Amino acid sequence: MPLPYLPHTEADRSAMLREIGVSSIEELFHDIPERFRNAEFSLPPPLSELELKKELRQLAASNSNLDDYACFLGAGSYRHFIPSTVEHIIGRSEFSTAYTPYQAEVSQGTLQSVYEYQSLICQLTGMEVSNAGMYDGSTSAAEAAMMACSVTNRSKVAVLATVNPTYRDVLDTYCRGKNLPLVTLESGSESFPSDCACLIFQQPNFLGYFEQIEAYVQKAHDAGALVIAIVEPISLGMFRPPGDYEVDIAVAEGQPLGIPMSFGGPHLGIFACRKEYVRRMPGRIVGRTVDADGNPGYVMTMVTREQYIRRGRATSNICTSEALMALAAAVYLATLGKRGLKHVAELCYHKAHYAAQAIDKLKGYSLVFPQPFFKEFVIRCPVPPPQINQVLLKRKIIGGLDISHLIDNGMLLCVTEANTKRDIDILVETLGSL
Amino acid sequence: MKRHYLLPDISQAGRIGCSLPHLDVPSSELPPEELLRQELGLPEVSEVDLVRYFTALSKLNYGVDTGFYPLGSCTMKYNPKWHEDVAKLPGLTALHPYQPEESVQGALQLMYRLQEYLAEITGMNATSLVPVAGAHGELAGLLMVKAYHQARGDKARKKILLTDSSHGTNPASVAMCGLETGVVASDARGDLGLESLESMMNEEVAALTLTMPSTLGLFDPKIAEISQLVHERGGLLGGDGANLNALLGQTKFGELGFDYVQLNLHKTFSTPHGGGGPGSGPVCVKENLIDFLPTPLVTEDNGRYSFMSPPKSIGKMADFYGNFGVMVKAYAYLRSLGPEELKRISEDAVLNANYVKEKLKPHYFLPYDRTCMHEVVFSGKKQKAKGVATVDIAKRLLDYGLHPPTVYFPLIVSEALMTEPTETESKETLDNYIAAMIEIAREAAENPEVLRNAPHNTPVRRLDEARAFRQLDLRWEIDHQKK
Repeated sequence: MPLPYLPHTEADRSAMLREIGVSSIEELFHDIPERFRNAEFSLPPPLSELELKKELRQLAASNSNLDDYACFLGAGSYRHFIPSTVEHIIGRSEFSTAYTPYQAEVSQGTLQSVYEYQSLICQLTGMEVSNAGMYDGSTSAAEAAMMACSVTNRSKVAVLATVNPTYRDVLDTYCRGKNLPLVTLESGSESFPSDCACLIFQQPNFLGYFEQIEAYVQKAHDAGALVIAIVEPISLGMFRPPGDYEVDIAVAEGQPLGIPMSFGGPHLGIFACRKEYVRRMPGRIVGRTVDADGNPGYVMTMVTREQYIRRGRATSNICTSEALMALAAAVYLATLGKRGLKHVAELCYHKAHYAAQAIDKLKGYSLVFPQPFFKEFVIRCPVPPPQINQVLLKRKIIGGLDISHLIDNGMLLCVTEANTKRDIDILVETLGSL
Repeated sequence: MKRHYLLPDISQAGRIGCSLPHLDVPSSELPPEELLRQELGLPEVSEVDLVRYFTALSKLNYGVDTGFYPLGSCTMKYNPKWHEDVAKLPGLTALHPYQPEESVQGALQLMYRLQEYLAEITGMNATSLVPVAGAHGELAGLLMVKAYHQARGDKARKKILLTDSSHGTNPASVAMCGLETGVVASDARGDLGLESLESMMNEEVAALTLTMPSTLGLFDPKIAEISQLVHERGGLLGGDGANLNALLGQTKFGELGFDYVQLNLHKTFSTPHGGGGPGSGPVCVKENLIDFLPTPLVTEDNGRYSFMSPPKSIGKMADFYGNFGVMVKAYAYLRSLGPEELKRISEDAVLNANYVKEKLKPHYFLPYDRTCMHEVVFSGKKQKAKGVATVDIAKRLLDYGLHPPTVYFPLIVSEALMTEPTETESKETLDNYIAAMIEIAREAAENPEVLRNAPHNTPVRRLDEARAFRQLDLRWEIDHQKK
């Protein structure tokens, strides 16, 4: 059978070969030396649409899909409610099958959506400018560190020990790549090193609680460093945005904003900063302008920062990013709006606290940190967390992240609006029964 | 419908775009006031207004589903609909990256098979699916090159050679690795200049990276000599696999002498480009680089799949394991193809590009007049002589309802028009494009003004980019709402 997405008939092929003036398709490959041609490919026989759908349904069925589980796992990827508007809008193929809007006149849909995204991210974070999005939270943090080095002309990067270890790993990869020393500072340090380009902290931090950071931010600024905050976007419905506490660059994992967990990707890197640094930003930026008739329109702007113009002197190598996920985030923020986001944040807060208090009362369990938290918190368990998670899994509960390498029998739990009271009560009851 | 409005213009206090659950637990004490937010300036929009707003925006866009999209180097092939459907199965989307491995065996099996298929197709020994885009994969490749030489104690190799026709991401990725770039000149045929390489390939060179076929759409027949020279002098040969579509089922990067190649699943393996992502940029390597691959990889042991980290890994490059959602679509595409079908893809892609080349050759200057691979690069310099720039030709194509080719790239061709039809386009579609291009060449000669003022029929006319740059307007503010 012919493939549905290869439209040529044999007659078409013959006619085209005649026009080209060759007698076979093989002739078109004559530049590939003979000895490298006709390679053998060991691949399974092809499946039809019907067969493939069946195979993938089977593969999917062998996963424990969290629509059928109560999930208390966070640590960088979060289960939040996604309104139907998001999938329907990003599913429109005028959006999904376009590419980077190089031809602005036929890409106003993408461009205006990016302008909305940039605006919404600025409103959410309290920052002055946002780019069109990066790969994910950790690479946004790494790009922010690179940018800080370029702005300050310094080569050392400082990160707080309470930042998500995965983010610190990615920072380490990028910093080693560019030969930039990475310094890890303990939370609560007295002084800030004078030769660092930036201070990177996470708010709330990896362990869930809010850092008391303002004095330290001041110290970093006094030392001439930029301050980079890694924030959690849903928390900003309720908590102070980074724009309120003197941050120079705010980055975040955008996945909670209407993007499925998808086993870790595609996610979205949020990247926003002070206006004075806009020309040093990595990634695409869209600006509003006018057309030849004086009507408003949108274009990619400051493209001289980008690799396809500036090549080796670009602010980053980023090209294809996560544009469709940025659209999802924009639609999510617009769908929830002012009240909706605040409400979702409050649901997370109260449910997480309800769960934390109940677990703290259980014999053998305790809440580790007394500081204020949002939706994540650490509990100390009476037995190693993997043992607990095994039992929970049997009861269709995905437990928290085992962080016993950081805290003795520590488990990082996450509670969102997607967890019902019943889910939480069953979790608490199961933990108590161990 | 009125135009030129933004979200704040359809916002009214008290509206919302979805229904949300009530609080079903007792509320807890709020944190100290100084942690709380005072103002949240987000719009308040009803569901119906929101959906109409974004639907109206979508109609201003041009995608592969709208029409022919021959954007060179981007492989804008049609994206089969059923791949989208399977990728939405909850068993593949509602998965947390840290849930226990025994609860995600299906996902791991899919990743494992994809690693294997990609290694087989490229003739390599292993694959890391972690990089999330082509440039991210390039970065992975270069970090491995650096780690490889360091592990051998060869500290002098700090230079990466590239060709003058390379993608902009190539030198930008080199800079991100703290390495230097050396540019090898192309020869008169558009291939890599062997003499130039000969003179530059010394003990400071860590690797040569090549796009294969090149961004001129040309396959360099000297590939074996190039590989031999680079390896003899202690360097590695890296591949930018952006143009793999031309070679599918024909030949293998591994056999051509490449030590690694980075792929673009969104290009070659037909996943929608999303207006600029998500992509996926796996990197496939030979035996010598396996230990350095970005972590994690998926391994199999007696039918059980798990993550592992290579012993000398360059480390983590992203939050989790790469763009799994994109991998699912690429996997679906690959499973619909056997070796025969794979070969048919490259054959039709190359046939289409050569057909366009022959038909347009009398009308546009062809700087390298030889058989091309999956794309053909013309120059608009005949038209430029008449005062019509390549950008005018591109903008005029929009009036014909067609997406223009990539313009002004590669840099070594003046007024470049880089056309990549892909295999999913029929002869009728190509004939329609060819007719439009011929008509535009005639207009350029007879009525250049119509090109210089193009486009005429698009949602907006040509946009003032200089103004966008000078008077930065990058966002609305909610206070402007009632303006």
